Amino acid sequence: MELLSGADMIARFLKDEGVERIYGYPGGAALHIYDALFRQDSVQHILVRHEQAATHAADGYARASGKPGVVLVTSGPGATNAVTGIATAYMDSIPMVVLCGQVASHLIGEDAFQETDIVGVTRPVVKHSFSIRHPSEIPEVLKKAFYLASTGRPGPVVVDIPKDMTAPTERYEYVYPKKVKIRSYNPVTRGHSGQIKKAVDMMLKARRPVFYTGGGIVTGRASEALTDLVQRLGFPITTTLMGIGGYPQGDRQSLGWLGMHGSYEANMAMHNADLIIAIGARFDDRVTNNTSKFCPTAKIVHVDIDPSSISKTVRADVPIVGAAGSVINEMISLVQDREPANPEALGEWWKSIDGWRAERKNRLYEPSKPGEALKPQEVIEAVYRATRGEAFVTTDVGQHQMFAAQYYKFAKPNRFITSGGLGTMGFGFPAAMGVKLSYPQDDVVCFTGEGSFQMMMQELSTCKQFDVGVKIVNLNNQSLGMVRQWQDLNYKSRHAHSYMESLPDFAKLIEAYGFTAIKVTTHEELAPALERAFADTNELVFLDIYVDPFEHVYPMQVPLGSMRDMLLSKTERT
Amino acid sequence: MRHIISILLENEPGALSRVVGLFSQRNFNIETLNVAPTEDPSLSRLTVTTVGDDRVIEQITKHLNKLIDVVKLVDLTEGNHIERELMLVKVKALGAARDEVKRTADIFRAQIVDVTPSVYTVQITGDAGKLDAFIQAMAPIGILEVARTGVSGIARGDKLLTL
Repeated sequence: MELLSGADMIARFLKDEGVERIYGYPGGAALHIYDALFRQDSVQHILVRHEQAATHAADGYARASGKPGVVLVTSGPGATNAVTGIATAYMDSIPMVVLCGQVASHLIGEDAFQETDIVGVTRPVVKHSFSIRHPSEIPEVLKKAFYLASTGRPGPVVVDIPKDMTAPTERYEYVYPKKVKIRSYNPVTRGHSGQIKKAVDMMLKARRPVFYTGGGIVTGRASEALTDLVQRLGFPITTTLMGIGGYPQGDRQSLGWLGMHGSYEANMAMHNADLIIAIGARFDDRVTNNTSKFCPTAKIVHVDIDPSSISKTVRADVPIVGAAGSVINEMISLVQDREPANPEALGEWWKSIDGWRAERKNRLYEPSKPGEALKPQEVIEAVYRATRGEAFVTTDVGQHQMFAAQYYKFAKPNRFITSGGLGTMGFGFPAAMGVKLSYPQDDVVCFTGEGSFQMMMQELSTCKQFDVGVKIVNLNNQSLGMVRQWQDLNYKSRHAHSYMESLPDFAKLIEAYGFTAIKVTTHEELAPALERAFADTNELVFLDIYVDPFEHVYPMQVPLGSMRDMLLSKTERT
Repeated sequence: MRHIISILLENEPGALSRVVGLFSQRNFNIETLNVAPTEDPSLSRLTVTTVGDDRVIEQITKHLNKLIDVVKLVDLTEGNHIERELMLVKVKALGAARDEVKRTADIFRAQIVDVTPSVYTVQITGDAGKLDAFIQAMAPIGILEVARTGVSGIARGDKLLTL
């Protein structure tokens, strides 16, 4: 029998659970735990410079690896600083376990120093939370936290740990719980066979079908099965922003992603479809536009692991609650020897789609002419070529995020890492850090803007301490581009606080941390700068690329319109 | 439409706040809420009455089921059920009104459970409609204070809400 203190149990549990790395920041209530971490060498602790960065780094790791990211923070401000990152993970269903120090049990409720009711503060943005009430329950509670975070529809789980629970003097028996059971939690895996059969019959009879798949394909590791099913049927497929890479974007059947800034052909196909097969997607408002005008001629099959996602905003005709992979595999076995019933109609459907594609081909944006400012889109395309499309890409939030999603083409899942649901500025850089630490051989590119980068730029110091060689591509338009775009469109170009006055000299800033920065203002400078930036995959390089501040992201759906109501450029509209 | 949802909830600290928080977070409506332990000390039973169309009620039950602390739930209004609420009412009881309060209480099969020279405290059980009617009947005499438990309910017949 092994007797351990609560703090040692936590360190030991993380090792037994296979956690290699955690992200955090120490403070009074977490010091017993930090001392336990100091006395072991199985789990590496990455000291960030702000707790929000710890959550984003853990989140980036989780999105790239599919495994839960782990965060350790202290009570009070340590925990509240983590809230934005917890909410970010919650909105995108990312597995994460956040261990929060808390003031000692006897002080709780007395407004003690650095006391916050963090379980209360985070309640609306966690999958579940626990408070430790006795040191002996630590192994089981932590196991439950990891189990909940990573199964079913994944999400963040907060564990609140009062300081006395980790006291070095109190020791209890430690056994690693291999399995836990929670009586009220039995996530479904298999979908209802009758419903799946009904869906497949509709799919085979469809004349204008389209797959619409989301992050559930990526988190559910179902992209291979999905690719198989889609290619057997020969149907077009569009993904959500979160679902990017769930189906190879270079493939002919891929229409790119859909929604507010989705591709013209994807939005047109959705609007005109007679059957939508939605898998692991949640009919978010940035996808559907006005739900009352959404896809007027389509029947909807909706597969999701979370029953509450089904018929939440758009009514499903065939709801299927189940894990994406399992349901898709069952669909594959049902279509095995059958052919679509209307091959001519499908042929016509593809003709329409190819027509929409042709309409916009080479007209997506106007490349810059010599002497003009670079277009952000061409920078993304150049980075895509420089990394042969194989990098992990993280983004912040705004125009650069949309451009990255539009012009970097992903062949694989888990490669495009972006805050889709919450839209958290400051996410990209720490997320890239989390990815790079676990994938040191790969290029990890963070597309950002001056606005977003300045929200988390203190992490340069973390990168210096742990030698994290991410590539930061700052699309510098000297303004909050997306805010400005909305002001152009909706507020007669009254640019209220969207202009970034007093930008730092980024090159000097980066150099102050001992890293390389390259400023790019012209076409000619771009290619050599990229060559330099990607010469050594383990070197942090910051590219400060000045781009056209007047560029807008298009297509852009018209507010309150249908899927097909889009602005296609500053002068064209569907 | 009004629905009565009964929930078996883990008897854990914070469990109730998750249920209540869900309603405000998702803009659902709570008309009454009633919660107490059951014969199984690990479980509380919580009954909530809410109003919404079928789509909203479907979302409410789905989101409640998603809470880890919710073990099981039933929408009692989907079948035959018994609905009860307990109310304590303090009524002004002076002069002729003393008899009037007593008579009205008898008509409603309510009991007077506390008496002072000027006040009767009346206890009444029934469904929400009966309690509302009693308040209406007593209003002209002079209601001083009302304490209602909120609705509790159970399905008729053999149907059970147990583990």
